[in-house]
Amino acid sequence: MNFDFSDDQKFLKSEARKFLEANCPTTRVRKVLDDDAQGHDADLWKAVAGQGWLGAAIPEEFGGLGLGHLELCVIAEELGRVVAPIPFASTVYFLAEAVMLAGDADQKARLLPKIAAGEIIGCVASSEGPGALSAATVQATVADGKLSGVKIPVTDGDIADVALVLAKEGGKLGLYLVELAAGGVTREAVKTLDPTRDAAKLTFAGAPAQRLGAAGEGLALLEQVLDRAAVLLSFEQCGGADRCLDMAKEYALERYAFGRVIASYQAIKHKLADIYVKNELARSNAYYGAWALNTNAPELPVAASAARIAGSEAFWFASKENIQTHGGIGFTWEMDCHLYYRRSRQLSLVAGAPRVWKERLVSHLERRNAAAA
Amino acid sequence: MDFNDSPDEAAYRKQVQDWLAANAPKAQAGGDPEGGDSLGASKAWQAKKAAAGYACITWPKEWGGQGGTPIQTVIFGAEEAKHPIPPNPFQIGLGMCVPTVMTFADDETKKRFVGPALRGEEIWCQLFSEPSGGSDVAGSRTKAERAPDGSGDWIINGQKVWTTGAQFSDFGIVICRTNPDVPKHKGLTMFWIDMHDPGVEVKPIHQMSGGSGFNEVFFTDLRVKDSQRLGAEGDGWKVSLVTLMNERLAVGGATGAGWAQFMEIARKTPGLDGGSALKDGALREKLADWYVQAEGLKHTRNRTMTALSRGQTPGPESSIGKIISAVQMQELGNAAIEMLDQYGIINDPELAPLHAGFQGSVMFAPGLRIAGGTDEILRNIIAERVLGLPGDIRVDKDIPFKDMPTGR
Repeated sequence: MNFDFSDDQKFLKSEARKFLEANCPTTRVRKVLDDDAQGHDADLWKAVAGQGWLGAAIPEEFGGLGLGHLELCVIAEELGRVVAPIPFASTVYFLAEAVMLAGDADQKARLLPKIAAGEIIGCVASSEGPGALSAATVQATVADGKLSGVKIPVTDGDIADVALVLAKEGGKLGLYLVELAAGGVTREAVKTLDPTRDAAKLTFAGAPAQRLGAAGEGLALLEQVLDRAAVLLSFEQCGGADRCLDMAKEYALERYAFGRVIASYQAIKHKLADIYVKNELARSNAYYGAWALNTNAPELPVAASAARIAGSEAFWFASKENIQTHGGIGFTWEMDCHLYYRRSRQLSLVAGAPRVWKERLVSHLERRNAAAA
Repeated sequence: MDFNDSPDEAAYRKQVQDWLAANAPKAQAGGDPEGGDSLGASKAWQAKKAAAGYACITWPKEWGGQGGTPIQTVIFGAEEAKHPIPPNPFQIGLGMCVPTVMTFADDETKKRFVGPALRGEEIWCQLFSEPSGGSDVAGSRTKAERAPDGSGDWIINGQKVWTTGAQFSDFGIVICRTNPDVPKHKGLTMFWIDMHDPGVEVKPIHQMSGGSGFNEVFFTDLRVKDSQRLGAEGDGWKVSLVTLMNERLAVGGATGAGWAQFMEIARKTPGLDGGSALKDGALREKLADWYVQAEGLKHTRNRTMTALSRGQTPGPESSIGKIISAVQMQELGNAAIEMLDQYGIINDPELAPLHAGFQGSVMFAPGLRIAGGTDEILRNIIAERVLGLPGDIRVDKDIPFKDMPTGR
């Protein structure tokens, strides 16, 4: 049994933690939080590119480090731990993964080296309004290589260079690559629950679009990309949830009420034990997702769903109970608790809400059982 | 990251598989999982394992083990479970009692007991919980007093409860109050006893679930030699910690119907609109949650095994199992009987799905949430030992045991 990261991967993780603790303290996260004009921390983005992390899972022939997805998982956990205000997920988990999965030789050669070098920021544009995404909700259309329609919200849509867009062409769903500076695109920033990860409304009016992957395969391809992103996002969720547990623990050990530290009350001890249990369940599911992602296992859709559901639940629970443990001061802008609370909402919603993943999971299990019967 | 054996582990697994293929029973011995009519089969299988060194793999060779590793024990257990083996009533003895004897008894006593226990000839039970103290073992009231005749013998009087396997055990280890004038942790002493002594009476407990897997044990003027003392007089608490340190290795998790059985029954059960109950969104959401929990526990075990495989001590994550599994057993069982609607009240194995397995879960789960550490005690353990939070304030710590406030 070898169900853990290797020593090399653990070393990478500890190096990433050191780097991010030095380069991404919450004082820097707050600069993005407090400045509406700042969509991300551009200096941190450059520094992260300099570490080679953007290309960790991109093959060397395309300018990446050619490591595996396990390395990307440990980096993701550390980014989640510091609520990094950079478009890492949009660019790496979504755009790079989609291009590696379905791109033709030309698309790979054009985009992957630039992603690895930190020269382009990606975004994924699928949602068009309230409610769960399905083929029926997609109104955006492509005709003669031109995209028209409205996408909202698009995380990092205000700062991205390339968008991955779900649209219909001749009634069939496809995924399309759109260069956002090439014209025919209007961007408007939208206010979000987590201002450290901005979002925009993108309006396409005849924007040049190039299909990624086969025609009519858009939704299936997007689901494959989502499975891969879900695993990586679950590591960010684990990192954030563990940080919340640390914060709650540290505060409970120094805060006195009724003449004793609040960490000595069972109401607090049991709350923190419950956070710990949920975090460990999330971590174990995330590990299985990492294995499935790294080996491209047929179990990936099920493993990714479980990782996403457990990660979303753990981070939500940890972030809200961290505020509760802090009491009144936890509800202030100055305390960092809300940065994690906000990010937990962003991560739970950005790749589809947990209830959508629960339905996907049970559907997969039904099919698996039917096949086994 | 993978799920494969190391070369050494693969070789050991092959050796175990070959041995089991040649030696394991071919058909399940019948009946009662608590021992009972299958006891003979259990003892015969244990003797075979002991002869080949598989009964306690990690024990030193001089005591009948293989001097093996914890991961080898895990491998043997996984392979053994693939065969129709009889129930194992030796786990508490070999996992907790006998290691305590091995740590604290003299050589003569060790020689007398270790071999027969290993071979399954003699069964041991652990006598800690009392009616007045389940979670609070240090509050034990069962008294041991020096015999007035100057022989140095001890006379034990009192009662233990929830003793697994007492009805078929030959020996036991019992924690007793030997000095009520000092604070509770300091006045305890551990002894081994002969369960067949006329001073020991075993009565089965009638559980709320209907079964009787546990016992009350009464001591009436039970006379034991001072040589049956394990550890120094007054050191019983320290001795018990050695016993309980092994408990997590000996106590298993929840069994019973899980998400897969629920899904299968839901598929066949009429739902809200007359279609299948498996189309009910509320049930689907629960199914997903249970699956994610079950997978989380499974892969947490895989992480624990990985630590063992790498020769490391498993991390604290291995402590989360029963908190999740016992509650899930209760909630899943209840959701299942509610899905069956009015029919869910039927507890007849001939009529209810899965031979009334969901009803069984509902009725057994309350016990599982208490046994081997209550939900609340397990949370305390995680908070204190894993997270490093302070212990509870003890109002009984520094006062003599006899002055401690007691309730009913």
